[in-house]
Amino acid sequence: MTRTLHRFHGGIHLPDQKALSLGRPLRQAALPSELVLPLQQHIGAAAQPLVAVGERVLEGQMVARPEGFVSAPVHAPTSGTVIAIEARPVPHPSGLSALAIVLQPDGEGRTVEYQPHSDWSALDPSTLRNLIRDAGIVGLGGAGFPTAVKLNPGPHTAVETLILNGAECEPYITCDQWLMQERPEEIISGALIMRHALQAQECLIGIEDNKPAAIAALRSEVARRGLTEAIEVVEVPTRYPMGGEKQLIKVLTGKEVPTQGLPIAVGVVCHNVATAASVHRAVELGEPLIRRIVTVTGHGAAQPGNFEVPLGIPMGELLAQAGGTTAGFSRLIMGGPMMGITVEQPQAPVIKTANCLLAVTDDELERRAPVRPCIRCGSCAEACPVSLLPQQLYWYAKSKEFDRAQDYNLFDCIECGCCAFVCPSNLPLVQYYRYAKTEIWAQEREKRASDQARRRHEYRVAREERERLEKEARAKKKAAALAEGESDDKKAAIQAAIERAKAKKAQANATPPATDPPAEQPAGEGAAPAEEKH
Amino acid sequence: MAVISSPHLHSPAKVSGVMLQVIYALVPALLLEFWFFGWGLLLNLLLTLAAGYLFEAAMLQLRGRPLAPFLSDGSMAVTAVLLAAALPPLLPFWVPVVGMLFAIVIAKHLYGGLGYNPFNPAMVGYVVLLISFPLEMSGWVAPGGWRLHDFGLGDSLNYAFSGQLPPHITLDAITGATPLDAMRTGLGLAKTVSEVESRPLFGLFAGRGFEWVNLLVLSGGLWLIFKRIIPWHTPVGLLGGLFVTASLFHLVAPDQFAGPLFHLLSGGAMLGAFFIATDPVTCATSNRGRLIFGAGAGVLIFVIRTWGGYPDGTAFAVLLMNMAAPTIDYYTQPRVYGHGGSE
Ligand code: SF4
Ligand code: SF4
Repeated sequence: MTRTLHRFHGGIHLPDQKALSLGRPLRQAALPSELVLPLQQHIGAAAQPLVAVGERVLEGQMVARPEGFVSAPVHAPTSGTVIAIEARPVPHPSGLSALAIVLQPDGEGRTVEYQPHSDWSALDPSTLRNLIRDAGIVGLGGAGFPTAVKLNPGPHTAVETLILNGAECEPYITCDQWLMQERPEEIISGALIMRHALQAQECLIGIEDNKPAAIAALRSEVARRGLTEAIEVVEVPTRYPMGGEKQLIKVLTGKEVPTQGLPIAVGVVCHNVATAASVHRAVELGEPLIRRIVTVTGHGAAQPGNFEVPLGIPMGELLAQAGGTTAGFSRLIMGGPMMGITVEQPQAPVIKTANCLLAVTDDELERRAPVRPCIRCGSCAEACPVSLLPQQLYWYAKSKEFDRAQDYNLFDCIECGCCAFVCPSNLPLVQYYRYAKTEIWAQEREKRASDQARRRHEYRVAREERERLEKEARAKKKAAALAEGESDDKKAAIQAAIERAKAKKAQANATPPATDPPAEQPAGEGAAPAEEKH
Repeated sequence: MAVISSPHLHSPAKVSGVMLQVIYALVPALLLEFWFFGWGLLLNLLLTLAAGYLFEAAMLQLRGRPLAPFLSDGSMAVTAVLLAAALPPLLPFWVPVVGMLFAIVIAKHLYGGLGYNPFNPAMVGYVVLLISFPLEMSGWVAPGGWRLHDFGLGDSLNYAFSGQLPPHITLDAITGATPLDAMRTGLGLAKTVSEVESRPLFGLFAGRGFEWVNLLVLSGGLWLIFKRIIPWHTPVGLLGGLFVTASLFHLVAPDQFAGPLFHLLSGGAMLGAFFIATDPVTCATSNRGRLIFGAGAGVLIFVIRTWGGYPDGTAFAVLLMNMAAPTIDYYTQPRVYGHGGSE
């Protein structure tokens, strides 16, 4: 059965550089002297610590619990002692520090007792989701959206298609490819669990055609288990950003996720293949997310390859285990060359979403030639996978006409970098878009804050006025009651109580609900929620 | 910004590479133009280049911009080559210089430099010259005339700088109306198209000499499309617009309206289609927009040639469409992913 594939607009061909990290077998990273576990390794609210400094913990023990619906817990990757709960450098575009639990491994590897559920098909979807949530699983492709949330389509939404994203379209990165080639059974098991949790009708696994071995491995695993009816492994063209969630959905199903909406709006849910494997481990082995596979690569790394690492290992330590850096090393990037972030501090830890450590040399990346003015050549618009007009966005972001930038759909930009890649004038286009988005968020926050202040003020004025009137009324009533006798007094008291209750209710309605979505948006850079990139 | 942010990869293609290829593509046509119309063309080219370089450097200096990266981007050279290709070959030296003054100083830098100019600089320069010096701008060397009369490099130089012609030659003997001019005047005198076209000024399908030069411009343009340096939409729109309008009128009244081949190959339409209207800075940006931009220019060329005050309308047509480009852009925005509708 061949599936008719669709196209997404634009996109680019990139030199893939994947052979660099595929030459060596998987290595297990050695335990470092300390593991740094940031409380926020996902999109949503930061987790709350469950342990105290000095406490001894076991491998797999939950050390921080999720806070709210969109959140994820954190587990200890090995046994040891909590030596600090403090702000530590984290891999984040802003280069800021964030609260983390610091664990000193004791090397004993004592684990909590894992609870395998090999009979998961008998569990109902919500129990499954809870298992997955408790295992701390988030999207491993880069965005880090809590997986359990994405596995919850809501009571009235039918899921037509579950898509597993194995495109891995960014150059250099091969951790998903390694996983697909070497552990296809974990991915397929995870796919089945996810399909059950979603009650999805079909399951597609999309893989770029530059990974024939991965395609073959998954196909034979599917055939071996007799699942060819249930799961289809689809070969998609190699074109960046094929692994963008929206792009892959378009290519596989022909459907477009509505702007500002989620894939579920078109009956699709998309997960990364590595996420599927960790779902399998969580459910069938009972093991929470405490390890992941990370590609350490680039010509700046002495012995590039894939590593299975405990979460929390400092990036510099991991790089050292990959033979350290070469002479020409210039900088470290978390993620791929198109969307990765520069790591300023090598002591920042590997977190759940860190798929790649890219150590580049000066000659490796096309040196940035001098920036020239935009000549409106339109190459960027041709390359944009979202069909935006990047040159207009650039123009309005640069001139701070943020309203116009929004008219030109700034917020549909997925920051894939295609436009900046092709721009003959070397304009740092994506930087401008991030800047504009951040400014707009800041303005909105400010506006909300001032709206709230204004409403509070108005309310206070109204309340004072009402209290004054009530006081007067009471005084009048009292006078009248004194005149008329006592019979109406009770009635008046009841009436006043009712009025007070009403007023209270009105106040509750007038106070705006406590919303805080943009507060989650990291200052400085925006990560598009629920967007997975490879 | 302190942190180097993504994307960390960049493609190697650069502006100046593009500009150079545009010039290469025009070289064969320029050589043939030189063959037909003589040394004047090369002289004009040298003058536009030298003047352009000076003006560009002076303006960059005045605006406090770094010289090296901007002087080397090649955009000024393209302007100079295009202006020289469009100018009549026999001109006093100051005419190309004034043309470049307007092209570079006014049309380009006073609008903010490369990328900010709404109008094509070469065409601004050309139009200013056309309006200000109609006499100098109207006489073309008759094709092959320079060889017939042994009008060499020295004679061209002498004419450009002192206005002197060799004693045995008069200006009228070597210059004359362009085919477009002749057609206009002829039709104005109530002659029929075929009567006008029987004059020796006309060749196989259009103006003698011009037709071959234009065919080489066409092949240079096709090469640029093949190399994906220019999009096909603008030239197809322009030539298509001109072809269709000219054909319609010619079919209805063949004696009063010259045919499409004459229009395509006699004047500046080819150059306009492939080398001028395609200027990315001043054209529409989406492919649909470029088709509309081109078609509009094509129709305007016909309209100006037929009913306007000038024999060739390419420059005016392009400038008018430059004005319309932002509007075209506004109405031809691509449908953004996830914004409804289907492809
Ligand atoms: S690719 Fe660069 S130069 Fe070309 S239109 Fe886009 S921003 Fe301008
Ligand atoms: S970064 Fe944004 S504007 Fe640029 S190509 Fe990607 S989606 Fe389009």
